[in-house]
Amino acid sequence: MNRTLSTLILAALLVFLIGPFLIIVGASLSAGDTLAFPPQGLSLKWIAKVFTVESFRDSFIMSMILAVGGTFVALLLGVPAAYALSRYKLPFGEIVNTIVTLPIIVPGIIVGLALLRYLVVPFSFSIGVALFLAHTALVLPYTVRVVSSSFNNLRSDMEEAAVLLGATRLGAFFKVVLPNIQSGILAAFILGFVTSFNQVPVSLFLSGPGVRTLPIDMLSYMETTYDPSVAALSALLALMSIGIVFLAERFLGFSRYV
Amino acid sequence: MSDRAFLSLENLTLSYGNSIAVDKFNLDIRKGELVAFLGPSGCGKTTTMRSIAGLLTPTAGRITLDGTDITRVSANKRNVGLVFQSYALFPHLTVYENVAFGLRLKRMSDADIDARVTAGIKSVGLSALSGRKPTELSGGQQQRVALARSMVMEPKVLLLDEPLSNLDARLRVEMRAELQRVQKETGVTMIFVTHDQAEALSLADRIVVMREGLIEQVGTPEEIYNNPASSFVADFVGFENVFALRGGKLATPGGAVALAEALPGDAAGLAWRPSGVALETGPFKGTVKSVSFTGNLREYLLETPLGPITAEVGAALPVHALGAELAFDLPLKAAAPLQRFA
Ligand SMILES: Nc1ncnc2c1ncn2[C@@H]1O[C@H](COP(=O)(O)OP(=O)(O)OP(=O)(O)O)[C@@H](O)[C@H]1O
Ligand SMILES: [Mg+2]
Repeated sequence: MNRTLSTLILAALLVFLIGPFLIIVGASLSAGDTLAFPPQGLSLKWIAKVFTVESFRDSFIMSMILAVGGTFVALLLGVPAAYALSRYKLPFGEIVNTIVTLPIIVPGIIVGLALLRYLVVPFSFSIGVALFLAHTALVLPYTVRVVSSSFNNLRSDMEEAAVLLGATRLGAFFKVVLPNIQSGILAAFILGFVTSFNQVPVSLFLSGPGVRTLPIDMLSYMETTYDPSVAALSALLALMSIGIVFLAERFLGFSRYV
Repeated sequence: MSDRAFLSLENLTLSYGNSIAVDKFNLDIRKGELVAFLGPSGCGKTTTMRSIAGLLTPTAGRITLDGTDITRVSANKRNVGLVFQSYALFPHLTVYENVAFGLRLKRMSDADIDARVTAGIKSVGLSALSGRKPTELSGGQQQRVALARSMVMEPKVLLLDEPLSNLDARLRVEMRAELQRVQKETGVTMIFVTHDQAEALSLADRIVVMREGLIEQVGTPEEIYNNPASSFVADFVGFENVFALRGGKLATPGGAVALAEALPGDAAGLAWRPSGVALETGPFKGTVKSVSFTGNLREYLLETPLGPITAEVGAALPVHALGAELAFDLPLKAAAPLQRFA
């Protein structure tokens, strides 16, 4: 009885989690001209079409630049910040810790609006720069949190041992600390990349002529065209995410960090 | 600082915020000496060690090593080795690379490094395991790697913070001998921390007994064991029956008690080991509260007008039952006079 119940719950969970993905894949393989499930016949033509839509290509590149570049910059800032937060008793450490976790609570739509209203409009920042800053800022808390947990798991006496063997503090950081948190950093990168790539609300406010992330582009494409190519693109993106997470889990034990 | 002092701590004081962890610590250590810091948890042993290593900055006082004031010298320039209780090996490096770590920073030639690392690993008996990572080693083996890693640097002083506390009883004895051998072979000045009196007595040339950030007594193992300076030290080295002296009498919970013999006038207290208490004869009476068998000996806990008394006799003697009334004596010749009480 108990067993049946848990099987049922598990099944429901799987349907909700995987169902949409299956529907998207199904719809993208359709031979028909409109987004529909079940598909009307099978064909790969919509998948092929994704690669010919120029705006998709441009916005994909834009999203990639933001996700890779923004996460990279976030790591440059986040790794030292996380290190300082975990190793030193800073005067405002607790407050910084809280602030760093805040954007996860504040709705992205508000962040986007605020950036547009107080950065782009008054200081005539280019939208591209604002978008980059926004994505960096959005990803930063994730990198700080994931990398912090790596630092907290790493005993500080290792660095002291290195110093007593003649290393400087900085040398100890690069020779002893970094090699032992590599996988935490990679985990933070992947999490940041996925967060940035899938980000809609903030990017919604920060898009302009020629500057548009892929999810926003997909939204506007769907406003004018209702063919299955959006489904095909979604399926491709989902496959990319699955691939990344699979590799990460395989080589790093990603699930330990998230 | 005396002529022969190699490492000297003068008025060393360390506080964490408002609480003083080490208070005006004065100690001179000779070159090649093996000194033990002995004391209960929280008495400031680690704090003192870490300030000698340079990982903590003293609030006041001076540290001199080999004729140089190193109080303000940074930790990476002191050439003081520290073996951590947790070993603190580098998990991403092999045994070989762990031991080579400090030498590589010295810009030595690869051949020199290899010679010293190979010799260092060999001296702790780990040649066969030099390609392994620390996680693939047992606790005792990790301890040896940590020791070799410090020793190849030829430190002026080697500090060991409870080096044996993570090992099981047999390994502990083995590593004790190992430490002693390394110390004799290299002549390195060594300070180790322990709260195990047997370890301190068997290893050290000199023992520093610490209590709440203060030095309670400094002496050879024999001095500490036979002539504890204070009731605290007496208690720590196994004198279980400790009394204050007031007006030539023992101060006991049941009032002042005179002994048959005349008491030394200058002592602040007297202490007896359980083996120093004479049972079945004497002017005092007590009731047996518990009996425990410890192998060669049998230990009795007596309830007496003098307070609880612990006595030890050969296990071959007939056993006294719980509740039995026993006569006992506190012979003056078995007592250790204490200079300080409390
Ligand atoms: N980082 C710290 N901040 C505040 N107080 C500390 C800190 N480290 C130690 N103390 C305090 O300083 C005192 C001495 O500590 P220390 O670690 O030197 O003791 P110890 O003799 O090494 O004890 P143990 O045998 O338990 O290792 C203790 O009262 C401890 O609570
Ligand atoms: Mg300690």
